[in-house]
Amino acid sequence: MSQSAAVLQKIDAPQVNDWTNLGSIKLSIRNLNFYYGTTKALKNINLPLLTNKVTAFIGPSGCGKSTLLRILNRMYDLYPGQRAEGEVLLDGQSILDPKLDINLLRARVGMVFQKPTPFPMTIYDNIAFGIKLYEKIPKSELDGRIETALRSAALWDEVKNKLNASGLSLSGGQQQRLCIARTVAIRPEVILFDEPCSALDPISTAKIEELIDELKSRYTIAIVTHNMQQAARCSDRTAFMYLGDLIEFDETSKIFMSPSQKQTQDYITGRFG
Amino acid sequence: MNNAIYASRKRGDKIVKALCYAAAIFGVGWLCLILYTLLANGLAGLSLRIFTEMTPPPGAHDGGLLNAIVGSLIMTVIGVGIGTPIGLFAGTWLAEYGRHSQLTNVIRFVNDILLSAPSIIIGLFIYGAIVVPMGGFSGFAGAIALAVIVIPVVVRTTEDMLLLVPLPLREAASALGLPRAYVITRIAYKAARSGLITGILLATARVAGETAPLLFTALSNQFWSLNLGGTMANLPVTINNFVNNPDPNWKQLAWTGALLITVSVLTLNIVARVLGAERKPK
Repeated sequence: MSQSAAVLQKIDAPQVNDWTNLGSIKLSIRNLNFYYGTTKALKNINLPLLTNKVTAFIGPSGCGKSTLLRILNRMYDLYPGQRAEGEVLLDGQSILDPKLDINLLRARVGMVFQKPTPFPMTIYDNIAFGIKLYEKIPKSELDGRIETALRSAALWDEVKNKLNASGLSLSGGQQQRLCIARTVAIRPEVILFDEPCSALDPISTAKIEELIDELKSRYTIAIVTHNMQQAARCSDRTAFMYLGDLIEFDETSKIFMSPSQKQTQDYITGRFG
Repeated sequence: MNNAIYASRKRGDKIVKALCYAAAIFGVGWLCLILYTLLANGLAGLSLRIFTEMTPPPGAHDGGLLNAIVGSLIMTVIGVGIGTPIGLFAGTWLAEYGRHSQLTNVIRFVNDILLSAPSIIIGLFIYGAIVVPMGGFSGFAGAIALAVIVIPVVVRTTEDMLLLVPLPLREAASALGLPRAYVITRIAYKAARSGLITGILLATARVAGETAPLLFTALSNQFWSLNLGGTMANLPVTINNFVNNPDPNWKQLAWTGALLITVSVLTLNIVARVLGAERKPK
C-alpha cells in the first residue's frame, strides 16, 4: 500500500462510518478497486454520492477520476480487460453484479462526454431516439417531452425553429447542451459529466455550469473536471484524487478553503499537477 | 543565410517536383490513351441495335449485344446481392464485435489475400466447386463467382468505414442504454452510411468488368437466355470471344461492348466519389 493510501485510511476511516450523517445517499462506493489489465488504476475508493447534490472529481491527469466515473454506468464494460472489484450500490442495489441489465442501469445513470457527441440525425431525432427506446408514446406527447428536454438543457429557444436540422449543424456548446437534453429526456436519476466543458468556449461553459446548478434539484450529479474554479463554482462536495487514490473528500468549500491534506493543498494552489 | 545551401535546396525542390509531374503524366497518359482508343473504335459501332439485337453468328453484318448486356446485369446484380450482405456482416463483426479478438487479425489477413487473389483463381475454384458437381456451366455459377469477388471488397470497406466512426459516438449511444446491435445498426451504420454505399458501388464496378471468373462458370451464350441453370451471355466473355476473331462485325461489337463496360464502371466510380465526398465532416 502506498504511503498516501495509508495516510488516507487513517484520516478517512471515521468518515467512512460517518456517511449516515451526510444525508440521503444515492450511490455508495466501497472498497472499490479497478484494473486496466494488470494495471491497478483505482485503489480502495470509498465515497458516497449524495442525492440531489453535485459531486466534483478533481486531480491531475491519470489520477483515475474519469475511470471512477465510467464505473458508475459500467461504461468500462465495452472494453475487454477492464475490471472493477468492490461494491457500488445505486439505491442499495449492486451495479457491479454481472447479472445486472447494463442497459437498464444506463437508463438510470446517464452520461455526458468530454466532446459533444450528437448522433448523425436531426435535432428532434437526437432526443426522440432515446425516448423511443424505452417508451411507446403518441407523437403529441413525444413532441412535448422533446420540448421539455430541450428547455431543461436551455437550448429550446435556439433550436425551436429548426428541429429538423442536423444535430451536427449546431455549434459546439449547443451540441453539448443537445447531448444533455438527450440524457435528461430518458429521465435518469443520476447524470455523470465527464469534463463536459473542456472543448467549449467560456460563454458555453458558463451556460453548462448554470445548467448543472439547475439540474441538481432533480438529479444526482457527478462531474469530472480539470478546471478547479469550475469544481468550486458548481459542486457541493469535491473529491481530490491522485494516482488512483482518493486523497480527500469533503464539502467543496472545505476542500478549497482549508483542505486537511497537504497534497490537496498543493494541488489546488497549483504547486503540482 | 548560406546561399549555396539555399540554392541546392531549391534545385532539389525543382527536381522532385519535375519527377512527380512526369510520373503523374505518364500514369494518367495511358488511361487517356485507353479511353481515346475505346471511344475512337467503340463509338463507330454504337447504335440502337446494340441494345435491341442478340449477338450475331460469324459472317453476319448485323446483330447487337442485348443478351450479353442483360446477362451481365443479371449476374452482377445477383453476385452483388449475395456478396453484399455477407461482406457487410463480416465487416461489421471485424470492426465491432471482434474488434479486440485475436481472430480478427487472422480474418483480416485472409480477407486481404482474397482481395488480391487473381480472379481467374476464383473462376477455377467455382468451376471445381459448383460447375463440375452441377454438371455444366451456368449463370448461377457465374453469379456466385462474382459474389466471391464482391465479399472481400465489401468486408474491407465496411470495416474501414466503421473504424472511422469515432469511439465517443458509440460510447454516447451505449450510455443511453442502447443494446450493442442498436448502437451498430442505428448509430454506427448511420454515421458511416455513405462510406458503406461507396464500398458496395466500388465492388459492383470491380465485378462488372470481370472476365476470368465467368469464363469457367457462366461461359457464354449466343442466344437470349434468362435461365440461370444454363450458360449465360455476358459482356466480358463476349468481348473476349469476339476480339479474338477475324470477323470485322464481331471485332466492332467487341469494341462497342468494351466501351459500354468502361462507361458504366466509370459512372459507378464517379457516383461512389460523389457519395464519398458527402461524408466529409463539416
